[in-house]
Amino acid sequence: MILTTLEGVPGKTITKHFGLVQGSTVRAKHLGKDIMAGLKNLVGGELQGYTELLQEARKEAVNRMIQQASQLDANAIVNIRFATSSVTQGAAELFAYGTAVRVE
Amino acid sequence: MSELLWFLALLALGYFAGTYLEKKHYKSIKKRERQTCHLPTINFGAKQEIPEATNAAMFVGSVVVSADYFKMFISFVISLFGGRIVVYETLLDRGRREALLRMKEQAIAWGATQILNVRLETSNIGDRDSGDGLVAIEIIAYGTGIQ
Repeated sequence: MILTTLEGVPGKTITKHFGLVQGSTVRAKHLGKDIMAGLKNLVGGELQGYTELLQEARKEAVNRMIQQASQLDANAIVNIRFATSSVTQGAAELFAYGTAVRVE
Repeated sequence: MSELLWFLALLALGYFAGTYLEKKHYKSIKKRERQTCHLPTINFGAKQEIPEATNAAMFVGSVVVSADYFKMFISFVISLFGGRIVVYETLLDRGRREALLRMKEQAIAWGATQILNVRLETSNIGDRDSGDGLVAIEIIAYGTGIQ
């Protein structure tokens, strides 16, 4: 599966469009990581625990999107965008969407 | 009295440790920006012709940054009168540059010659509404690397 943020795939032509595919995941924060983050919040800087947590979650969202695209028999997803929104206190939704296409 | 001392201690910790970490981070950012500046990073792509290339892949760089106790206090004071909160400006600047660098470093490791259609996204994942909540801001940078 080729993923791009462009409207096509360089060096290839799109032969078929399958429409929008998306993947999302809602993740809650981890209490242990929250306590660590609270301590780190005193001195500032990167909250590594959260960075990893969200990276992992985003990967999952992308994987779900890929799964959807492969069910449609697509071999690439173009024009991918990400969005994040906090759903409730301490939980965030990570969302990825794009257009599934077949390229040759 | 002991509460005041505790507050001042946290403020001093936030100020000294926070400033030290910020300086260290900026030093590392500047060094890595010099190392990665040979890779063109472009944020158009959608309405341009797709360049000649044989391979393409998406790269995502992300970072969660937080403010220190001193910055939080200063921003509270400034928010009473209004105006620029410079201490948060540097925080977001650091985060954005770090996210871009992480994306570029991954793309360089893959062997990209260019990164196209880069997008930056910022979202607040802390709980600012609950008063003394955590300040946590996630910044992601993503784009398409081509070979």
